[in-house]
Amino acid sequence: MRAVITILLVAALASVPLWLRDPYLLNALITTGIFVIGAMSLNLLLGFTGQLSLGHIAFFGIGAYVSALTSLGFDVGLPGDLRLVHAPWPPIAGFVLAILVAGLCGYFVGLLSFRVRGAYFVIVTISFAEVVRLVALNWVELTQGPLALTNIPSIALPLPGFGEMTLRTKMHNYYLVLVVALMAYLLIARLVHSHFGRAMRGLMENETLAVSVGIDVTRTLTIAAVISAAIAGAAGSLYAHYIRIIDPEVFAFINTVTMVIMVISGGKGSLAGPVVGGLIFGLLPVALRPVMAPEAQWIAYGGVLMAILFVLPRGIVPSLAQRFSRRRSNAPALAPVALTETGAKEPA
Amino acid sequence: MTARNIAMTIDQVAVRFGGLVAISDMSFTVGEGEIVSLIGPNGAGKTTAFNVMTGFLTPSAGQVTYQGTTLTGLKPHEIADLGLIRTFQRTSVFPNDTVYHNLLIGLHRQGRVRLLDAILGLPGARASERKLRQKAGELIEWVGLERRAHDLAGSLSYGEQRLVGVALALAAEPSMLLLDEPVSGMNASETHRFVELVRSIRDRGITILLVEHDMPMVMTVSDRIVVLNYGRIIAEGTPDVIRNDPAVIEAYLGHGAARA
Repeated sequence: MRAVITILLVAALASVPLWLRDPYLLNALITTGIFVIGAMSLNLLLGFTGQLSLGHIAFFGIGAYVSALTSLGFDVGLPGDLRLVHAPWPPIAGFVLAILVAGLCGYFVGLLSFRVRGAYFVIVTISFAEVVRLVALNWVELTQGPLALTNIPSIALPLPGFGEMTLRTKMHNYYLVLVVALMAYLLIARLVHSHFGRAMRGLMENETLAVSVGIDVTRTLTIAAVISAAIAGAAGSLYAHYIRIIDPEVFAFINTVTMVIMVISGGKGSLAGPVVGGLIFGLLPVALRPVMAPEAQWIAYGGVLMAILFVLPRGIVPSLAQRFSRRRSNAPALAPVALTETGAKEPA
Repeated sequence: MTARNIAMTIDQVAVRFGGLVAISDMSFTVGEGEIVSLIGPNGAGKTTAFNVMTGFLTPSAGQVTYQGTTLTGLKPHEIADLGLIRTFQRTSVFPNDTVYHNLLIGLHRQGRVRLLDAILGLPGARASERKLRQKAGELIEWVGLERRAHDLAGSLSYGEQRLVGVALALAAEPSMLLLDEPVSGMNASETHRFVELVRSIRDRGITILLVEHDMPMVMTVSDRIVVLNYGRIIAEGTPDVIRNDPAVIEAYLGHGAARA
């Protein structure tokens, strides 16, 4: 039953470019898809470990810049009359490097902040994103600063025996984003249902108890941060090669907020949550544009968000799943929202 | 009592929070396979002693040695890896998971597989997962919670949550178990069954250190009792010795009763 629904959903998503010919709407779907991948990666941290990364866009932006610079090449001066020269590599190498470098950044941010966690992690991630933005803005020789990196090549897939296939059209990019999104979804699903996922869940529910049965907090959270950052980096790379121009504005705080909204409204801690929330808030501005003035659009956007959180406080997917299961059987109700947020602590 | 190998040595441990002395100079040992109880009035320092033994608190002085390893400076999860597992007074379960999933989380130490194997669903990871599910089922049966296996742990009665807490601790494969007030919130018949459970845990070769207020329970189950008051040990011995110790009677009942 579940498998059939999954196959039908994937088939429906895969069929979109076949009947949707409007390039504007297709473009909206592609950028939304890229942000959905980012939201999924944020959900891995926020939903499954309870750690809020308010600088998540940093990993996305680092992925975008790494991928762009790898495929464009650069020539920068270093202290002591040294020059660092890099000849352009194929964009696919940029995609791989973006994942690795973003993951490495996730490792250092995690290592720095998970000794203390909670509010510290929020602050470290915000600062990290701001520092990276300032570097991108001011290291003009490398990043062109506000002038932006332009003419970023599209991703080309090496096909053995056929040479290369450059993904130029919107349809190509739609399928590329869809495939990467499915892989990210599968990776996160496998992860949270594994032994490692249970360790994350244990830590979020009752850290003291989890530690006492032998779960290593720092290691578990750091691994989650690395994987989350790497997936965000992949999304950033897709963004750079699709939009083909990036500037430091990619690091803007509002982009992180958008991802947080997608995760919270869809339902943090549920696998499908960020996908549903991401599609709604990615496509809502597109839907509102023809019917409203620009100022009114943002008011409506906020109104929709508040309405969702008021009616479905756990987020769309978990709230609906709960109602559905309660109607079918008398499944036990989850604890009230407020209770799950306060991690019960054993007094020392 | 036959001579036993010593499992744990608490050597001149002191804990001070600023000017407050929670424990002053505590020394005792626990033998392999022994059931030792740590008792004392409220605020005597019992839970503090547990926190020191399991790495949640660093002692101001002294040290705890477990099977030859000094525990000072080890993190709680590293101490758990030595086989020294504790339960908690209040928050003994993962409330938003079913009892069954609680046990799967508790089996963490037994199910370590490489992350990549788990993501790719390799046969090794799948076999390990099957083994964990079987063990979780066995543990639930062992503490007698089969009927509650698929209920959320947070919805169970306090007595049942205690049992889940013990099953969780056992899932971590302890060689020594520290139980912090395990029968509080249990009725008489539940307590009686729990005593049987503690004995069967010991029969598996697991050393037990117990903190408990329920005196009849402590007197029935313990091989030896250590009495704390105001952070120092005032008596130590078999239940019969402790029952008749004037210092213990005084600590619990006050001067008048001691003279009476």
